[in-house]
Amino acid sequence: MRVALFITCFNDTLFPETGIATVRLLERLGVEVDFPREQTCCGQMHFNTGYQREAIPLVRRFVKIFSPYEAVVAPSGSCVGMVRELYPMAAELAGDNKLAEEVEALAPRVFELSEFLVKKLGVTDVGAYYPHRVTYHPTCHSLRMIKVGDAPLALLRAVRGLDLVELSQAEECCGFGGTFAVKNADTSAAMLADKVRHILDTRAEACAAGDNSCLMHIGGALRRQRTGVATVHLAEILASTEEEIRR
Amino acid sequence: MKQDAFSPGGGAPFEVLAKESLANSQLRRNLGKATTTIRQKRAAAVGEMPDWEELREAGRALKERVMRHLDEYLLQLEESVTRAGGKVHWARDAREANRIVASIARGHAAREVVKVKSIATDETKLNEYLEREGIRAIETDLAELIIQLSGEESSHILVPAIHKNRSEIRELFLRELDAGDLSDEPTDLTNTARLYLRKKFLEAEVGISGANFAVAETGTVSVVESEGNGRMCTTLPRVLVTVMGIEKVIPAWQDFEVFMQLLPRSSTAERMNPYTSFWTGVSEGDGPQEFHLVLLDNGRTDVLADERGRQALNCIRCSACLNVCPVYERVGGHAYNSVYPGPIGAILTPQLVGIGKKGPDSLPYASSLCGACYEVCPVKINIPEVLIELRGKVVRHKQDAGEGWRSRLDPENAAMQLMARNFSDVRLYEASQKLAKAGQWPLARGGVIQRLPGRLSGWSAVRDLKPVPRQTFREWWKKERGS
Repeated sequence: MRVALFITCFNDTLFPETGIATVRLLERLGVEVDFPREQTCCGQMHFNTGYQREAIPLVRRFVKIFSPYEAVVAPSGSCVGMVRELYPMAAELAGDNKLAEEVEALAPRVFELSEFLVKKLGVTDVGAYYPHRVTYHPTCHSLRMIKVGDAPLALLRAVRGLDLVELSQAEECCGFGGTFAVKNADTSAAMLADKVRHILDTRAEACAAGDNSCLMHIGGALRRQRTGVATVHLAEILASTEEEIRR
Repeated sequence: MKQDAFSPGGGAPFEVLAKESLANSQLRRNLGKATTTIRQKRAAAVGEMPDWEELREAGRALKERVMRHLDEYLLQLEESVTRAGGKVHWARDAREANRIVASIARGHAAREVVKVKSIATDETKLNEYLEREGIRAIETDLAELIIQLSGEESSHILVPAIHKNRSEIRELFLRELDAGDLSDEPTDLTNTARLYLRKKFLEAEVGISGANFAVAETGTVSVVESEGNGRMCTTLPRVLVTVMGIEKVIPAWQDFEVFMQLLPRSSTAERMNPYTSFWTGVSEGDGPQEFHLVLLDNGRTDVLADERGRQALNCIRCSACLNVCPVYERVGGHAYNSVYPGPIGAILTPQLVGIGKKGPDSLPYASSLCGACYEVCPVKINIPEVLIELRGKVVRHKQDAGEGWRSRLDPENAAMQLMARNFSDVRLYEASQKLAKAGQWPLARGGVIQRLPGRLSGWSAVRDLKPVPRQTFREWWKKERGS
């Protein structure tokens, strides 16, 4: 199977290690990965902040670049949510029927990494090894927008050496919310404080999630408070193998 | 008078008020405790319904039909109520509604009126209006009474005094109701209120209520409540005036089947609420002998014009969205500065008062778009979607209304325009990635950014930021794969 990697501008620029892990993981599972170099941003930040006129050209670009592919995979629930759940609204706001049709054709072929592995490829054991105590935060867009269900947990449970500890009130938002964290910084910080407290209660070494944006926000506080707890993207755990660690 | 979202100026923005609320640790404890409890109860009450999703869908479809044919249903309602001996009044705005109610009360020489909890009359600020006319309105819902006695504003749709704990209420009653010896036991507090209110019920000539539903087909109006005060207000006084938002009409009696299952479970987590009152016009020798129904528009017709935004009118005021909202849980209702707080308020208030006012314009941004509200809404209002749409309207209004130089100078707008341009062309995008790596050196210290300038400083107040790494993903790909 051949897929296009939708890296997301955020991962491309700030978390290249997640992209590299995604490529290694998919290739290890026999998937052929293509990286369309023309891709930039899906337009989520603009769209969700209200700059919808500005987001529409980015929607068009995305649709044009990714439409030729049979499947598109991204290590981000949030950006996949934008494409699958909000592109139809963007096309409607643009008043462009042709774009709406193209979106309708493309959207079901765009997958978040964990759902691609579990639902499309049908694997839960990806042969990973990660000897750490880990807790998992299901990000809001993965959970409620694109509904990945327990795919990420199924994948984590199959990782050898990994001690998965349950996070209390896991389904509650961490308080990131894109520009919300800046516009309503105080409220965001109050939500973050509770999330951090629940993470520390698990005594995990690392908090994992499928979105680096939420992890950057959570990790920023974990680091500021010198907790010693790391944040790690799901893709990096799944890409990690015994041979690699020995090397 | 307090400047709220419905005042001409529109009041202060959410982020400013939220900061004040967040500093109140007692408030955060009260709210955290209350919302957590009710959230768990709701989940249990909903969980035992095998057809909950079908019910939600039926509720959504019914409401959507009402909004599509609202004009017809309202005329039908007027006809049915009139036929049953009631009188229907049409109020374009808050002022008209208040004037109608005051003139009815004056017509009966009433100095005091008893009120059932009603958000529509909070919206029109009826109590303040009546006071200026020399008429005292007594709130008879326990929580509304607490709010009225303390001179505060409601902070929740269903439990207006959710921000207060029982010792605070005890002190209030000691001060305001001359309650003598009083403990902070809920039964003691309730009994004090009951004694005070019973007298008021028996004396009042005029009762004022809102409406949860009104049936177009039969003219039946309904109030759903827990304390019995609603039953008292709608049966004891000789004159009953109901002020109802025009969106509350439902087509037929049979539609109660859906809403009476959805509402109690979603709001108080009960299978059935304790008191449900229905009345159809007047019945000779039984209950009020004069019934007035005031149909309030106050911006609702404008909301109707927006096909996506008008979902907000489908709300049945259960408040489940408030109870699950992580933002509401932290800041409480007062930060929304509107009688409609929480997620539903964030989409309803700005639409009712119109885009272009600082306070209400800030409300669509009072959300992390986590989607918990949409998940629990009994009539499936897609709140996140409407929030996003309203953000678009706020931004477009600013861009189009502001003069060219002003919107160009707005830092957020300028940054968004610049980024949109960079994202539109991969060469610009790659160049800006390089620029970010080079430009961050004044901020990064020892591999971490601890302080950000200007509007971004809110981020770095509690979080570190990792600097942009040396190599982007695309640079790695190019090096590894060559193309």
